[in-house]
Amino acid sequence: MADFDFPGGIMPPERKTLSNQAPLVKAPLPARVMLPLTQHVGQPAEPVVSVGQTVRTGEIIACAQGMISAPVHASITGTVTAIEERAVPHPSAAVGEAKALCIVIEGNGQDDDWQRMPPLDWRSASDEALLERLQSSGVVGLGGAGFPAAVKAQVRQRHAIDTLIVNAAECEPYITADDLTLRTYPGDVIEGARMLARLCGAERILIGIEDNKPEAVAALRQALSTSNDTTPVELKVVATRYPSGGESQLIQKLTGREVPSRGLPADVGLLCHNPGTLLASLRAVRDGEPMISRIVTLTGEALTRPGNLEARLGTPLHALLSLAGLRPARLSQLILGGPMMGFTLDSDALPLVKTANCLIAGTADEFPPAPPEQACIRCGACETACPASLLPQQLYWFSKSREHDKAELFNLFDCIECGACAYVCPSHIPLVQYYRAAKGEIRLHEREARKAEHARHRFEFRQARMAREEAEKEARRKARLQQARASRPAPEQRKAAVSPTPSDTPQSDSQDSAAELKKLKIAQAAAKAAVRKAERALARASEGGQDPSADVNDLETQLATARENLKATETRLAALQSRTAPAATQPASTTATGPGVPASQSMPTGTTTEDTAKQVRQRKIAVASAQAAYRKAEKALESAAAQNDDATLAAARQKFERAQGNLDRARKALEEAETTAHEPKDTSTP
Amino acid sequence: MLEWLTAHGILAATLALLGLAVAFGALLGFAGQVFKVEGDPVVERIDALLPQTQCGQCGYPGCKPYAEAIVQGDDINKCPPGGDATIAALADLLGREPKPLDGEAQDIPRVAYIREEECIGCTKCIQACPVDAILGAAKHMHTVIVDECTGCDLCVEPCPVDCIDMLPHPDLAKQWHWPRPPGPGHRPSQPIAATLIASDRQPAPEERAHG
Repeated sequence: MADFDFPGGIMPPERKTLSNQAPLVKAPLPARVMLPLTQHVGQPAEPVVSVGQTVRTGEIIACAQGMISAPVHASITGTVTAIEERAVPHPSAAVGEAKALCIVIEGNGQDDDWQRMPPLDWRSASDEALLERLQSSGVVGLGGAGFPAAVKAQVRQRHAIDTLIVNAAECEPYITADDLTLRTYPGDVIEGARMLARLCGAERILIGIEDNKPEAVAALRQALSTSNDTTPVELKVVATRYPSGGESQLIQKLTGREVPSRGLPADVGLLCHNPGTLLASLRAVRDGEPMISRIVTLTGEALTRPGNLEARLGTPLHALLSLAGLRPARLSQLILGGPMMGFTLDSDALPLVKTANCLIAGTADEFPPAPPEQACIRCGACETACPASLLPQQLYWFSKSREHDKAELFNLFDCIECGACAYVCPSHIPLVQYYRAAKGEIRLHEREARKAEHARHRFEFRQARMAREEAEKEARRKARLQQARASRPAPEQRKAAVSPTPSDTPQSDSQDSAAELKKLKIAQAAAKAAVRKAERALARASEGGQDPSADVNDLETQLATARENLKATETRLAALQSRTAPAATQPASTTATGPGVPASQSMPTGTTTEDTAKQVRQRKIAVASAQAAYRKAEKALESAAAQNDDATLAAARQKFERAQGNLDRARKALEEAETTAHEPKDTSTP
Repeated sequence: MLEWLTAHGILAATLALLGLAVAFGALLGFAGQVFKVEGDPVVERIDALLPQTQCGQCGYPGCKPYAEAIVQGDDINKCPPGGDATIAALADLLGREPKPLDGEAQDIPRVAYIREEECIGCTKCIQACPVDAILGAAKHMHTVIVDECTGCDLCVEPCPVDCIDMLPHPDLAKQWHWPRPPGPGHRPSQPIAATLIASDRQPAPEERAHG
């Protein structure tokens, strides 16, 4: 077993015996629950009930929104009395900002009227049905992060998973929730692990547990010996050392694989789950029970009856504390989570949420006020304690002086915030707090930069749109002008019959416009290139697939901007051409391959036969090039259809249609030219 | 030919150098044409540092014109939405001295909010918005798309009925992050995890009892 190990780590006093002596008890039904809509990572859930509505236990009261989200279910039977902003457990509570939308349900007496989903047999049910069930039952990771289990189970789409790891290390002092879960429901946890292993395609299951939980190990051994299943399950007991329950650390200790920097366990073919999550998943599938309760440790010296409770979500914390026999006089600090990574609460009127695994009611003796921070003496003790092989001292200096780029260079984001460095620091420097602040500042800065970039794209789009509108207006104005001018000399022209060389534009003007035409054509080519580039970028982004919704939005704006620019130049070009077309000796611009060049440039008929022959040749070339473009577009469309990608397909179809139109137009023009080439021969004789 | 060259060594050397000069000159000229950089890249980099509110508080009609003006030698302290952070970043990029901000700094991000019952549907704010964040039509109520609003204030002035307010950004709560500890010599301002650990390290009660 000692083959692999992670570096660093500490051995703080465990204090687990406080709460792991008593058996797991079910807490009585609360009279009222408060269910926040943000008990998970990702988008908040959307309420689907209204105030005054009667709900049954397990009924869905808020549904998931977006890709990463989880629904919320009523945890008691009763009436919805409020949907409003309430204080929720969050580290920012100390600043008075931790408010979130909550649904409050007032229970009606003691009846617990369940609304269950139909039970499923996970061995025979399809993957889709299981995923759907996990999603609709609102199961999230109970280890602390609260990542929706259904989303985690879909990891198979992107990574091959060979092993499912059950993270039962529970390394943080005081917490015993997983210990009691395993002692009480060992069989269910293993069955849940088998179910999720099947769902993610893992061939084996590894259970990692610290050696300070002998009863849980014995219970697991017992359950394993009685179960008969093909998936091999291996139980690995590891030495107690904080933070062996960290995902990357446990993986390194059990398998020797290292999770890459800023990567996920799935990158090395592993998936980690907490025992509580497995139990909740199994209950959701086998019993059709959505996630409405969790096992929580109530501990600390200020409690007379510390232990573990299976409590309904949304139960006010003071109700749980009074169940455990709180002596308010002795209470000095209320901590949610463990003493290493948790945070203090300044009120006990908050609800129990899905991610709350432990509640510590500490006395002043247990948690005396922290000594003042001293200057760093560069002893390097933090470096030996760091389980992620970082350089905490360097990170401290960079975080303190806001040198964020350097902090990132030293892999600040690989810090798991375990607090081992702060624990060993002889100068009492709250190192983790510095890292958290720096991480927050970096994230904020990144978000602002993204927002600024987005605003810039929108601004550019608006400018392009306005330029296009201006160009269109200008074109219309010129067209009107020309029409007015044309309608005036028209009668004389008609009398003069077949000599349509209207030299009403002076020579210098036509030279000017030729230069302008050239300039505009270059601009058009550049705009077309920009459109193509934007299209390619968009296609690439939509192929990438990894939740790039924001990027795609931005790229779409960029593409629209490029299109507007193209349209503007094309409008200008067309206006100029229609103005100069009659003036210039029949232009070469009739090789109408561009989508913006109007094909309706009717040819003056009274030209010499050499001219018509030239024209025919030119148009034949145009038809050939249009045909080539058409074939290319056809091929592109086919390959896009084969790839089955909507964005590229749409773009390809558009191109194809455009090419088709061009080809038709070029053919028509050729026919016209040919008929005019033949006609003079026939009519020249008289 | 070869003999003549060996006989006149100095001429051979001159010719060789001349040939090299011509070849490299041609190569450089070609590279200069092929890898020509369009526009001024410094402008782009300055533009990337500006907050892109397009508010015009710097006196230029947008962030890009201001970026161009900075390259021309204008001061770098004219961007109130960017604040000191932007000035520091610009000073860093351009190697200039950071200056105090010219004008009043914005304390928190804001968004425009139209009091919809008072809106008369004049579309003036829609025309003023640089990022198309206002939705509406003539003689119909307008509203602001909060996610797209940059808080530039440009819509407030044209409104004939003064129905536009600048409110704190609703995402402010989501932007919370852990605060920075006060530094050496202080007790941490907030009793959070790291401080708990520090105290937990002191001898545990039972150990003390033994000792």
